[in-house]
Amino acid sequence: MSKKVVIDPVTRIEGHLKIEVNVDGGKVVDAWSSGTLFRGFEIILQGRDPRDAQHITQRICGVCPIAHSMASARCLDDAFKAEVPTNGRITRNLIQGANYIQSHILHFYTLAALDYVKGPDVPPFVPRYEGDYRLPPEVNKKAVEHYLEALNMRRKAQEMLAIYGAKMPHITVIIPGGITEKVTKESIDHFRSYLKELIDFIDNVYVPDVVAIGEVYKDYYDIGRGYQNALAYGIFPLTDEPDPTGQKMLIKRGAYANGKFIPVDPAKITEDVKYSWYRNDTSGLNPAEGKTEPQPRKAGAYSWIKAPRYEGLPMEVGPLARMWVNRVPEVFGLGEKAFSTMGRHLARAIECRMVAHAMMEWLDQLRPGEPTMKPCEVPREARGMGLWEAPRGAIGHWIEIKDYRIRNYQVVSATIWNASPRDDKGQRGPIEQALVGTPVKDLENPIEVVRVIRSFDP
Amino acid sequence: MVRRISRREFIRICTGTTAGIALLSALEPYILETLAEAAEGKPPVIWLQGAGCTGCSVSLLNAVNPPIQKVLLDIISLRFHPTVMAAAGHLAWHALEETAAKYPGKYFLVVEGGVPTGDDGIFCTIGEKDGKEITLLHALKEYGSKAAAIIAAGQCASFGGIPGAAPNPTTTVGVWEVIKKTPVINVPCCPMHPDDFLGTLTYVLRFGELPELDYFNRPKLFFPDQTIHEGCPRCEYFAKGIFAKHPGDEGCLAMVGCKGMVAHSRCHIRWWNNHTNWCIRAGAPCQACSEPGFPDDSGPLYGRYRLHE
Repeated sequence: MSKKVVIDPVTRIEGHLKIEVNVDGGKVVDAWSSGTLFRGFEIILQGRDPRDAQHITQRICGVCPIAHSMASARCLDDAFKAEVPTNGRITRNLIQGANYIQSHILHFYTLAALDYVKGPDVPPFVPRYEGDYRLPPEVNKKAVEHYLEALNMRRKAQEMLAIYGAKMPHITVIIPGGITEKVTKESIDHFRSYLKELIDFIDNVYVPDVVAIGEVYKDYYDIGRGYQNALAYGIFPLTDEPDPTGQKMLIKRGAYANGKFIPVDPAKITEDVKYSWYRNDTSGLNPAEGKTEPQPRKAGAYSWIKAPRYEGLPMEVGPLARMWVNRVPEVFGLGEKAFSTMGRHLARAIECRMVAHAMMEWLDQLRPGEPTMKPCEVPREARGMGLWEAPRGAIGHWIEIKDYRIRNYQVVSATIWNASPRDDKGQRGPIEQALVGTPVKDLENPIEVVRVIRSFDP
Repeated sequence: MVRRISRREFIRICTGTTAGIALLSALEPYILETLAEAAEGKPPVIWLQGAGCTGCSVSLLNAVNPPIQKVLLDIISLRFHPTVMAAAGHLAWHALEETAAKYPGKYFLVVEGGVPTGDDGIFCTIGEKDGKEITLLHALKEYGSKAAAIIAAGQCASFGGIPGAAPNPTTTVGVWEVIKKTPVINVPCCPMHPDDFLGTLTYVLRFGELPELDYFNRPKLFFPDQTIHEGCPRCEYFAKGIFAKHPGDEGCLAMVGCKGMVAHSRCHIRWWNNHTNWCIRAGAPCQACSEPGFPDDSGPLYGRYRLHE
């Protein structure tokens, strides 16, 4: 006889998530993931000036607003036929890279670490789930120091971002055709001094901490396996040339399903809504033609999140997916074990290191005094698509412009993929699937379950 | 031993125009002194999240003076905060209920995100008790009524913000439109600035009363009568009639969307992210994210500001 465990709210994530699992024989046998907030961005965007989308969609997520800003900017660049000068491309990469560093450090330390490390015995660190906190006292003490130090580091990454981004969260400088801030020798030096300090932390604290936690919690390389499908749109363009297939990027586009690497065709993306609180007649659409028509309390539905699928398959997105399809040795070398709770943490740390070091090279490619933007006009009628990668996974924006205004705008963000409910065929979403098989020792303290959920950085 | 700070001195520090240092660095000793004197230890804080993006919590983590570690460990007792608390599920919800029951009329409630009121608040549920989902609307009424004061953190909690933008599909409103009996202090901007938030909290703790509020319940200390335009470093361009043709150009940004003329915020003084930069300095038009009309009255964001008829 299986027992139901409800975790609501799932804390230490961005957003509102509820997870329900059935436990039988000490293991999760089924799971349901519910997004419990609807704001209606796609409805709010209709009829507005297309350029406003880039600012409004940032407010989807205050942890990764840059990813929405950039997906939207690339969507608008596409629709406006904008040309971004070299300085514009690189400063955008630096702004996005700074956001990756802040988001990855924030995720591991502020959001995830307290599942493995005992915090100080004062709120908000207590109460906590009872469970197998395995670090010896002196190591745990060191880890708490790193938790506190990480708060400084992520703040500094935000300050670094603001050098070109003006303010963070929610930047105002990105615009179709580039950015409004200028590049000076002083700003490059300022950025570099922050980046050096952050690289030192990533190389000598963050990556070693993740490896060390992975040693102590080795079994978590076998927990949270999931479908072993991966999707990445690619991010950080390395040239000014057009790149319709996403192959001229630091992290390239690609997908992996049923044990095979496959190319990505955006036309094969659909969103199902049978189990989501939207009208059933809007199910199965490609986002370019997507519709958002809420129907609260729809019978059988259990989430505000739609169920995106690629060729009908649920796909995991995020650092693990990106490192896997790019066959980065530290992650790819783990084989099947990469698809796991600890594998996701490791992939995130390895990616953070990779991006931070690449940023150092990009700084040297900036040309002080040269333009960061090439102005362009809003077209009367156009369509655009922006594929990008949030720190937490693949993100796509689609726009249709009519009479200089937004006719339709659709967003499929990372957590829509990972935390999706079942699709019309009844296939579980990636987090739901990853939870199946997770051991649960104590139904009152389902710490194993939240460890798996948080590894996705929802 | 730190000297007691007078109201006048507090206001002088908060409204000071010293550029180059974070606003609250001068206040830090007084904040610590305030807490050392708090009779019942650190003030309990419950932080609810509604129709928002967590950006205001992230912005609070960007606090420098005092640093966020000090805020979390020494200044407040953060009993419930979905983004940082260790507990989850029932355990988390129990911590919230326990705090409200133990400190009625004494705890501070912070709300981040707007309040969806449409369809009985169904568009935002934030927890579950006895198998029943709890809407933010319900929780706000329940725990707002027992709080000492409520701080609406950010534009959405203050005025509905982006989720409350037309056509407002979830009928999202600011906290003060739902809660009438408990005092609500609005600390807008998108996101809220950590100095504005911590300065407001300190004032309330220090003097046991609300700071002077403007017509929109914003503390005048941080949302002055003066607009950004009046203190703008590009104001001289305006006087000379030199206008930028595109965002990012030299010149006044009024013709490419700047709404600094209606923005009552101190961005030109305190800047953002530890005094690193701010919008107009970076060539980006001000969006007046401090104002109740954001984003509808600010849009189109690259269009000239027009008074509504």
